[in-house]
Amino acid sequence: MLKKTLIAAACLAVAATIATPALARDQIRVVGSSTVFPFATLVAQSFGRTSGLKTPVVESTGTGGGIRLFCAGIGDAHPDVVNASRKITAAELTTCKTNGVTEIVEMKIGFDGIVVASARAAAPLAITIPQLWLALAREVPNAQGVLVPNPNRMWSDIDRALPNKRIEVMGPPPTSGTRDAFVELVMTPGCSAHPAIVALRTADAAKATAACAGAMREDGGWVDAGENDILIVRKLEANPDAFGVFGFSFLEENADKVQGAAVAGVKPTFDDIASGKYPVSRPLFVYVKKQHNGTIAPGLDKFVTEWTEEKTWGTDGYLADKGFIPLPTAERTTSRTDARAMKLVAIP
Amino acid sequence: MTDTSAATRARVAATLKRRYRTERIFRGLGLAAVVLSLLALATLLTDVVGKGYSAFRQTYITLEITLDPAALDPTGQRDPAELLRSDTQTPLRDALRNRFPDVTSTADRRALYQLLSPSAPFILAQAVADDPSLLGRTFRFAALANDEVDTLIKGSISRDVPEDQRRITDKQIAWIDQMVEAGDITTPFNWAFFTGGDSRDPESAGILGAAVGSALTLAVALVLSFPLAVAAAIYLEEFAPDNRWTYLIEVNINNLAAVPSIIFGLLGLAVFLNFFGLPRSAPLVGGLVLALMTLPVIIIAARGAINAVPPSIREAAMGIGASPIQVVFHHVAPLALPGIMTGTIIGMARALGETAPLLMIGMVAFIVDVPRGVTDAATVLPVQIFLWADSSERAFVERTAAATLVLLGFLLLMNATAVYLRRRFEVRY
Repeated sequence: MLKKTLIAAACLAVAATIATPALARDQIRVVGSSTVFPFATLVAQSFGRTSGLKTPVVESTGTGGGIRLFCAGIGDAHPDVVNASRKITAAELTTCKTNGVTEIVEMKIGFDGIVVASARAAAPLAITIPQLWLALAREVPNAQGVLVPNPNRMWSDIDRALPNKRIEVMGPPPTSGTRDAFVELVMTPGCSAHPAIVALRTADAAKATAACAGAMREDGGWVDAGENDILIVRKLEANPDAFGVFGFSFLEENADKVQGAAVAGVKPTFDDIASGKYPVSRPLFVYVKKQHNGTIAPGLDKFVTEWTEEKTWGTDGYLADKGFIPLPTAERTTSRTDARAMKLVAIP
Repeated sequence: MTDTSAATRARVAATLKRRYRTERIFRGLGLAAVVLSLLALATLLTDVVGKGYSAFRQTYITLEITLDPAALDPTGQRDPAELLRSDTQTPLRDALRNRFPDVTSTADRRALYQLLSPSAPFILAQAVADDPSLLGRTFRFAALANDEVDTLIKGSISRDVPEDQRRITDKQIAWIDQMVEAGDITTPFNWAFFTGGDSRDPESAGILGAAVGSALTLAVALVLSFPLAVAAAIYLEEFAPDNRWTYLIEVNINNLAAVPSIIFGLLGLAVFLNFFGLPRSAPLVGGLVLALMTLPVIIIAARGAINAVPPSIREAAMGIGASPIQVVFHHVAPLALPGIMTGTIIGMARALGETAPLLMIGMVAFIVDVPRGVTDAATVLPVQIFLWADSSERAFVERTAAATLVLLGFLLLMNATAVYLRRRFEVRY
């Protein structure tokens, strides 16, 4: 009897699966960056509470994976919004266009600071971008200007003023947008500024570019610690000699456990990241598929409005409360006007 | 003769001590292994329970609230949908200001308002919508406190660290202490944790959405995989001809059981989402993927159970004239059922803990609404644990542990059901 019921139920389930056409969606779908995820979920939650519509579903797929899903086409099966911790590339826009996604609205929403942090128990560190590169690159020039595997074991090998401790930095893996940004903002500029590399560039430009591509050392000085930033915080707590690289919001929430190193003389504070004084920060973006507005995703324009509300992304907004760094006021105004007017991105 | 037996006895006596010792060492090692694994389990449980038990209580701030009907319900219709959207933040803030009349500067007032959870106005609006007679009255309302207040009350934030290193200021602590003394801070049982969906505010985040998602996903997986697997196992064991094709199928089933689960997720993405066009993040697709994943596990267990039924049973049934189908369904299958169920539960328990295949089909997501059916967007318990563990807010630490406890409870319930069913259907022969 039990078995007969089960078999009948299974047949029904299979039949239902085949018979039901894909149902029309009644909620907005968001994919993308894990850095923007904590902020996007807050916006989604607030949208769900105030708009009377269902709360949007937010997936954390990473920027690249999110854009791939976003650009896959128009229709119920494809997401309406993608969060990105970098600007969308021309190649990605071309893919979008090929798949019929031609109306994309770009919103620059704010900044994310990347911090080099250590445990509270450790002495505060002040470091420069070239020093960070010398500490973490796979290959650095020696006294003769020849590229050799990184010989720096101790921070004090780079500069006497730095602590006499072993170099040990935990950070995001290559799949992470935070890693891309760290390479772009620290490793490449730090490398390009080095006199030996400048000399190399005149001699062999390709070799210099390769040296500055952001290859991290693999002898234990740099450790890929996974995408989980909170895990790095816990590891730092246990090991006061180590440093970690992660997003500012995790520093903000765990200020009693970890402290941020001053980079180029600037400590990672809310104000200094917002004003652009802190050098290691990057813009965050949200891309919206205008073609879905109203037809496939109900209230997509209202979602854009929610994002660009002063109570959301303003200096006193609820995002700032969670470590989000807002745009400067003037930029916020133009970005808001453009987004609400659904100004499209030019596709090459 | 006596010579040889004496020699044998001497030899036995000489080795006896060594053999006893080997025996003792072996038993000791076995016991040590058991103790070690129990110790590991105990450590894990103590850690999870120690971190998670505090999530079952939640801090509330009791305030004297006056609801102005003119402001909350200007039309006077008492329409619940309108009341849900009414501005309930102002009365809460007014109540806080009345509680601390000497707080006047804007910055201080902001700090004061931060004591309440951003969810508190929505809870009040819900209460008003449920009972419109509250309008125009003054009553005591337990407003949900912010996660910072909650962690302070529970002692997870130390008061000794300097002010700039914690997210709660000295002033806020003073206000809280004042309210604690007046008895306005309560920590009742956290029902909201079991009745709410996910939220970005740790204080109002609940597990129900994920639990329902898990239940729906597993139901779909069970309904699909159990009959298919049992049918496959019965056919392979009882009816299939013993040839190369059958052998090939057997080898493949055994290999499938060892395939990493993410592969099934990729398959689900390609087949169910891209080809059949089923909705993303739906328990239906999750269930289909997990059914594929558990199918080989159940087939293998079911085949073992069917194989263990003594041939004499089949022969006796056949001897009194039963047809092959009757032999299988009247005699072999009922006897094998307890073993099949054990295998099914093991497969389901594994499916319950999976996150990797669900990543591909969009179930690793922030979903607030509790799913109502198999095509609604949903997430599952292990994914919820993962998402909370990844959140920066301190208050999510206890919730992560509490969610783990709920997952363990789920597992325990499933195993208990399996034991019960096995006892119920077990036939001794």
